[in-house]
Amino acid sequence: MALLSLKDISVAYGKNVVLKNLNLDVEKGELVSLLGPSGCGKTTTLRLIGGFVEAKNGRFVFNGKDYTKIPVHKRNFGFVFQNYALFPHLTVFDNVAFGLKQRNIPKNEIKKRVMEILETVGLKDYADRSPRELSGGQKQRVALARALVIQPDLLLLDEPLSNLDAKLRVKMRLEIRKIQQEYNITAIYVTHDQEECFSISDRVAVMNNGVIEQLDTPQKIYNLPRTEFVANFVGFENFIELELEAKKIDGGFYKLKNSQRFKVTHFNGREDERYVKGAIRPEEIDILNEGGEKETNTLKGIIGISTFLGKHYQYVVETEVGRLLVNGSAHKRYVKGERVTLYFPEDKIVLV
Amino acid sequence: MKGKGKFLTLFALLVYFFLIIPLIIITGAAFGTDEFLKFPPRGFSLKWLANIFKVEMFVRTFKISLEIAVLGTVLALLVGIPAAYGLSRYDFVGKNFLQGFFLSPVLVPGIVFGFSLLNFLVIKYEMPVYTSLLVGHTVIIMPYIIRVISSSLENFDYSIEEAAISLGASKLKTFFVIVLPNIASGVIAAFILAFINSFNNVPVSIFLTGPGISTLPIQMMSYVEYYFDPTIAALSVVLMAMTIILMFIIEKTLGLSYFTK
Ligand SMILES: Nc1ncnc2c1ncn2[C@@H]1O[C@H](COP(=O)(O)OP(=O)(O)OP(=O)(O)O)[C@@H](O)[C@H]1O
Ligand SMILES: [Mg+2]
Repeated sequence: MALLSLKDISVAYGKNVVLKNLNLDVEKGELVSLLGPSGCGKTTTLRLIGGFVEAKNGRFVFNGKDYTKIPVHKRNFGFVFQNYALFPHLTVFDNVAFGLKQRNIPKNEIKKRVMEILETVGLKDYADRSPRELSGGQKQRVALARALVIQPDLLLLDEPLSNLDAKLRVKMRLEIRKIQQEYNITAIYVTHDQEECFSISDRVAVMNNGVIEQLDTPQKIYNLPRTEFVANFVGFENFIELELEAKKIDGGFYKLKNSQRFKVTHFNGREDERYVKGAIRPEEIDILNEGGEKETNTLKGIIGISTFLGKHYQYVVETEVGRLLVNGSAHKRYVKGERVTLYFPEDKIVLV
Repeated sequence: MKGKGKFLTLFALLVYFFLIIPLIIITGAAFGTDEFLKFPPRGFSLKWLANIFKVEMFVRTFKISLEIAVLGTVLALLVGIPAAYGLSRYDFVGKNFLQGFFLSPVLVPGIVFGFSLLNFLVIKYEMPVYTSLLVGHTVIIMPYIIRVISSSLENFDYSIEEAAISLGASKLKTFFVIVLPNIASGVIAAFILAFINSFNNVPVSIFLTGPGISTLPIQMMSYVEYYFDPTIAALSVVLMAMTIILMFIIEKTLGLSYFTK
């Protein structure tokens, strides 16, 4: 059984329904990320688990117990906030010791545990500093130490790195991951940075508009998105409407709007659906030279606007089934109005 | 541009001049030897300063004013801090109304307010004069407390409290060990501001003083009706010095800019 389960959770602010029958299972020791566009409800989900937000209906079960009504200060969850939220009037040591003091732990043990965790986050020599005298990265380390020292049953992190610069972000996320695995802590991590999310998570929950659209490993999310929203979110820019014609062992044959035919290797769980969409990334579409004809999986098009993206050019290509985004080599630039044939490799099309 | 700057400087100097002249005259008279308020004063003496303590009513009303100001401020803080906290941290029906209610004593003229307190508390409910004086002062200084504490709370990030709660502290404990220490300077400023306001108040006090119970400003007013000696000037200087010291404390704890932003 999962360590943590959200069962049909709904949350509303006034009339504004923010989470809609949300379900989520997290296993012990896992780091699950909540990923999604701004306003989709990531923070709300995290705060619900933390106990800061009340569910309108649904249940939150943790470790086999109903936690729905347990107050925040009785949950023993560690919280790391985007803006660090350190206690300004306390030293680094006292910040970290705060949670232990609430638990009436003897003084010498508090000292031992605080120094130990400060060592882990590399701030052993900063114990007597005030939060004012720390850099952003150091503050976030203190916040992390403060949440970890209570040996939380669950660690909740809300965009903990978004106030740091890019280099430090990469360094810190590796540290967070290392500590999380070392201590075998179950963690939920909110971010809207895809790379950060993929690099740190065991599983990713992609959220949209108050629901989780897909909960999967980073690889699955990136390569085999299950919905159009998720596909779009991870960089599938093109969606082509397809109608199933024939199922074979090695894939399916689909008819396009213009009666062209596409073969698709993986059904992505949609072998029984007649109408689907084929999603494909701009960089997976090939631009064929004149004469390089293939029988299936091609479309004729006319080059439109193009932009230089460094590694390649990106073209808007007008085709009979609509406007597509296609990346081409940086060595050759097609000119506007040029007629081309596009090729869609059968194993790069993801059905959604 | 330059001409305009000069004009403004001159204007500011004039304003300062008019503000400060009475203070200079009063201070001068307070330390003079003349029997009447005169400027420029002749000679130098501390006899008027000493005379303050010979007027028994000054000493008595000073004590009452001090008591009322301290007690009223403490009461107003006890009500005002939780009220300011509630107003800044929670959303509830009638929040705007309550906000308006707490600030209304600044909007209603003091005389009107004092008069209604007299009618209501003293005449209708026959409350002792001292008690109604205390109640009146507590109410008129409440807006200052709420304003200053609210702006302190505004500057204090709510997620810091949430962090404390998530670490196992109850809401009440969080308030005392996390919130209060961080708004301490605001509390000090609120205290001093409220104290000065109560201590100097005339319009409300004038209705709520009775036989044997009066405040210092009221006593001073009745004194000048009958006596013209500089004792009153000396007393003013003492009060001025007191206010300056208190403002100095605020400046040191918070900065005066706290009230002008
Ligand atoms: N306290 C609140 N009162 C009213 N509405 C709120 C409140 N907090 C959040 N919302 C609304 O709930 C929705 C979800 O907000 P939430 O903060 O969970 O989004 P998010 O996914 O964390 O976004 P971001 O990436 O911008 O942090 C938003 O539409 C937001 O406007
Ligand atoms: Mg958020």
